[in-house]
Amino acid sequence: MSARSKLLPYLLLAPSVLFLAALFVVPLFETIALSFSDNGAPSLAHYQRMAGDLNFWPAIRNTFLLVLTVVPLQVALALGMASMLQKLPRGRDLILWIWTIPLGVSDLAAGLVWLAIMQERGYLTSALAALGLIDGPTQWLTYETPGTLFVAILLAEVWRATAIVFIILVAGLQLIPKEYREAAEIFGASPWTTFLRITLPLLKPSLQTALILRTVLAFEVFAVVYAIAGRNFPVLVGEAYVWQRDNQAYGVAAAYAVLIVVISLAATLFYLRVLRNKSEQRP
Amino acid sequence: MKMLTQIAAWASVGCVAALASAQQADAQQDVVFLSTQLRPIEEAQKVREVILKDFKGKVTYLVEEPSPFDVRVRAEGQAGKRTISLVGALHGELSALQPTGNLDSLDDVVAKLTDRGIPANLMELGKFGTGKQVYVPWMQATYIMVAKKEALQYLPAGANIDTLTYGHLEAWGKAMTDKTGKRLLGFPAGPKGLMPRFFEGYLYPSFTGGVVTPFRSPEAETMWTQFKSLWRYVNPNSTSYDFMQEPLMGGEVWVAFDHVARVKEALVQMPDDFVTFPAPAGPKGRGYMPVIAGLAVPKDAPNRAGAIALIEHLTRPETQITTAAEVGFFPIVKAQLPADLSPGIKLIASAVAKTQDAKDALPALLPVGLADKGGEFNKVYFDTFQRIVLRNEQPRTVLDAQAAALKGIMEATKAPCWAPDKPSQGACPVN
Repeated sequence: MSARSKLLPYLLLAPSVLFLAALFVVPLFETIALSFSDNGAPSLAHYQRMAGDLNFWPAIRNTFLLVLTVVPLQVALALGMASMLQKLPRGRDLILWIWTIPLGVSDLAAGLVWLAIMQERGYLTSALAALGLIDGPTQWLTYETPGTLFVAILLAEVWRATAIVFIILVAGLQLIPKEYREAAEIFGASPWTTFLRITLPLLKPSLQTALILRTVLAFEVFAVVYAIAGRNFPVLVGEAYVWQRDNQAYGVAAAYAVLIVVISLAATLFYLRVLRNKSEQRP
Repeated sequence: MKMLTQIAAWASVGCVAALASAQQADAQQDVVFLSTQLRPIEEAQKVREVILKDFKGKVTYLVEEPSPFDVRVRAEGQAGKRTISLVGALHGELSALQPTGNLDSLDDVVAKLTDRGIPANLMELGKFGTGKQVYVPWMQATYIMVAKKEALQYLPAGANIDTLTYGHLEAWGKAMTDKTGKRLLGFPAGPKGLMPRFFEGYLYPSFTGGVVTPFRSPEAETMWTQFKSLWRYVNPNSTSYDFMQEPLMGGEVWVAFDHVARVKEALVQMPDDFVTFPAPAGPKGRGYMPVIAGLAVPKDAPNRAGAIALIEHLTRPETQITTAAEVGFFPIVKAQLPADLSPGIKLIASAVAKTQDAKDALPALLPVGLADKGGEFNKVYFDTFQRIVLRNEQPRTVLDAQAAALKGIMEATKAPCWAPDKPSQGACPVN
């Protein structure tokens, strides 16, 4: 092998590495530096302002509430959908295609779609009113109705982002060798036992990937919330946006950004640890 | 592979060079005019096709939202590569740029504009207290109230729509709620709504006679208590409204407060359905906020002469009248608006005139000297509203806490008081 061909892979990778370094690593360090300095001197002032703000704790609470409900719901739904798809004798491609349509919709558009459904004179209220179930146009998305506001955001998020978990799990299921399941059948295992003892453990790597991806993205939820709730449902990324754009306090926005990175990293490490795959369990 | 890389490299160098030379060639004839105002596509087209039509010379009219606008002007200055020759922005946006040294003095231009009849106090605003002219006033607007005609039957007895008080407004809202079962007052308290301006230019001046100094005064406490009581008749969707024209047109709201530009569509499309009138008055008068947009020339502008010619064009009485008729911003010069204005614009014009000419009018200027702390200043007022009105906290506790934040901003920027607060030596005090 010539020296040139040994270098080739690195040369081919170099542009993307440089690109990421310039547009991701450098800004990341600059953001960290910005969040810890005030007028050029090291300081925690931005973090103090962040934590002292009236929307800080609501944003933390709302973000965690969303992550803790949306992610398990999506994983359960996606697991169910993927398992159902496995059993289909025909038409799998069509159903796969339909179920993944939301993947192609931007999150802001998804938020607007659900806003159109749930708002005062939206499709849902009109339909319910026509059926005589409610009196007339109902306001479900105001600061006075936090419960229904949360449900609307939850529905939009589940509708929009379950497909990505689903895709990963479908790929994972296809990787599991048929022989394991056939062996289980021969030994008389019930479908439920097969699922619990064979499918689920062998699906762990895919579940891990899906959970990390979805959780990190759920901590960054913004456009859907912004479209449906505006400022009535503060979330972390939304607060970072408001501090950056409306309040023009870049340091506080940077503090929020760092906090989100830290939370996302912690969640990733948690999954890596809890769902780690022992070598003897690998297929 | 090596050859490919070389080709790519040369191609990109070529592209950059071609772009740069195209820009240079353009700069010699074009006036690049960057504005934070008249941004919606229809308005920008009116500027390009109607307002700038008679200008001798070529203008590239570009629009930008306030935050990227600010970044762009500063960045061009830092890079030493200016492409913009004229900027048009609100007083507050220009006041944030002024201390950065990016704006050229326009003292020589003022001499050429003496026949325009721009009021001295407006011209003075364009100096930011520096003694030299930083911007020339371009056009003005303000905030008004709009009501659906159906709402008029519920006006409290004895109340004149043109001289409403906040007490009347509450009684009006209550009557509408009692009769229709709906909360039909509306305020633009959404993420991009201009609600903080309502507190700074209307509520605070009307009740306390100031904006900053009496922030935590007993009058302010009474004011918030009363406003909270009024809020019982305000549509809860208000915290999602950015522009009041849509809820007005949809009938979700019958009586609304907003900037003229943000109710214009409703008035232009359905002029027969609405009436317009000044914002209510409080114990200290009828607070109102004149909004001034100005024209400034960046330092080292590539076409300063062209920019000045454009300023002369835009401040001509006939251009100012066209501007009012086309986009609903009103003249800063003495100009008689024609009788054949569209009915919607006429509705705006009459409310603006009634506001300015009200006997108890109490003009409250846009904040001056806050530089890049304008956003945080607005936040103090909006947070106070959120905590007292939406989250039911005690007015006294909230006012004391928010006063500390306000004090911090005033001391950090050393901004002296602006009207209607009494002039101060150094930072405007928060008593």
